[in-house]
Amino acid sequence: MNPVQQAVVWLNDPLNWTNPGGILDRLGEHVSISATAVLLGCLVAWPLGLWLGHAGRGGGLVVLVSNLTLAVPTLALLTILPLTFLGFGRPAVVVALAVFAVPPLLANAYTGVRQVDPQTREAARGMGMTGTQVLGRVELPLAVPYLAAGFRTAAVQVVATAALATFVNGGGLGEIIRLGFGLSIAVGGGQILAGGLLVAGLAVGVELLFGLVERLVTPRPLRRAHRGAARRAADAVTGT
Amino acid sequence: MSFRLSYRADPGNPWFSWQYVRDNSDTVLTALRDHTTLTLRAVLLATLIAVPLAVLAYWFRPLTGPILALTGVLYTVPSLALFAFIAPYLGIGVATVLSVVVLYALLVIVRNTVAGLDQVPAEVREAAEGMGYGRWGRLLRVELPLALPGILTGLRLATVSTVALITVGVVIGRGGLGQIIFAGFNNNLYKAQIMTGTLLCVLLALVLDLVLVGVGRLLTPWLRGRVG
Repeated sequence: MNPVQQAVVWLNDPLNWTNPGGILDRLGEHVSISATAVLLGCLVAWPLGLWLGHAGRGGGLVVLVSNLTLAVPTLALLTILPLTFLGFGRPAVVVALAVFAVPPLLANAYTGVRQVDPQTREAARGMGMTGTQVLGRVELPLAVPYLAAGFRTAAVQVVATAALATFVNGGGLGEIIRLGFGLSIAVGGGQILAGGLLVAGLAVGVELLFGLVERLVTPRPLRRAHRGAARRAADAVTGT
Repeated sequence: MSFRLSYRADPGNPWFSWQYVRDNSDTVLTALRDHTTLTLRAVLLATLIAVPLAVLAYWFRPLTGPILALTGVLYTVPSLALFAFIAPYLGIGVATVLSVVVLYALLVIVRNTVAGLDQVPAEVREAAEGMGYGRWGRLLRVELPLALPGILTGLRLATVSTVALITVGVVIGRGGLGQIIFAGFNNNLYKAQIMTGTLLCVLLALVLDLVLVGVGRLLTPWLRGRVG
């Protein structure tokens, strides 16, 4: 049997789905870890990014943060954080993943506020709005499409990275792949491939889902013009 | 001397220990060498595939969308899943790690090269055409040299992320410095070992990045002295 057939057989065994530690368990862990991490990242990155954008400084900081996280291996962060006060277990995994969620969230929040037309900002000021009001009532609503784009990028990245949590016994769908490798390729090939399909499917699903959300929260007139802008903001993260 | 005494009094689990580095220099250096050669091979291979792809996308506009979309999809697939797809076919070995990191590096290099080629001013292209350059001559003598800054940005990003990505290779036991980090984790959370692996990873990325910056300056002398 070739690996693809093995994978189909493995996926068709209902016990592999419902057993303790089966696909459903792992999927639940994966999603809950990822969701917590993305929310934590949002709590940190959005206020900071919005404020930096509002104040119009800290652009260098945003770039620095994304460059630093690019160079630190995920595996290193996943293994180092359990050694700190966070302790061994889920909190450390969530924080490690949140760190990787921060750069896209931060960069897009910053860009989202910066791209607001200066004339709009001045008009708001001229109407007598205070700095906080300008941020809350003018800049924030106009930045929503960017926030959504950042959220999508961060969510996909965290879901992808959460697969590595298995190396520190953090659970998630990566567990299926690692156990498969533990069985050796000849025996576990199907399980490895099936695990890969599940992880990749989840990542692509999240990408599509939040792509849709991004479209829904973007006001119609902005949709066409916005696509290029969102890509530019995302590119600011990868430096392209 | 006093340092020694205090070390013996409390071996504990320090964040960093020269003692560990000295005692295990063989293992650490082997891992570092593995990691470096893997990175260099991967980036070289990725460049050899990505630049022609970018040129194709540049010459034949209808291909730009599909090529960028294909590399983009590869980028969305999580690294561990990519290992899972490739390992059953290529087996447990360097070939698998190499394929995974090359596939990841492709997107960054292709995208930056296309961006670099697109930046070549139309009047320069026309001037080259007017001087009698053919398609290939123009590409090799005019367009690629002018796209070099873009290509080098892509190479730098690809190199830095490749260094980080190779550590995921621990899943098949070929993770370079990732092996050191992972072993430290399994060694009862031995901090010094984990930190040594991590620091070397970050340092390697930094050094390779600086080397590429230097190479870029040598290759584009006309940009020197210009701000930005």
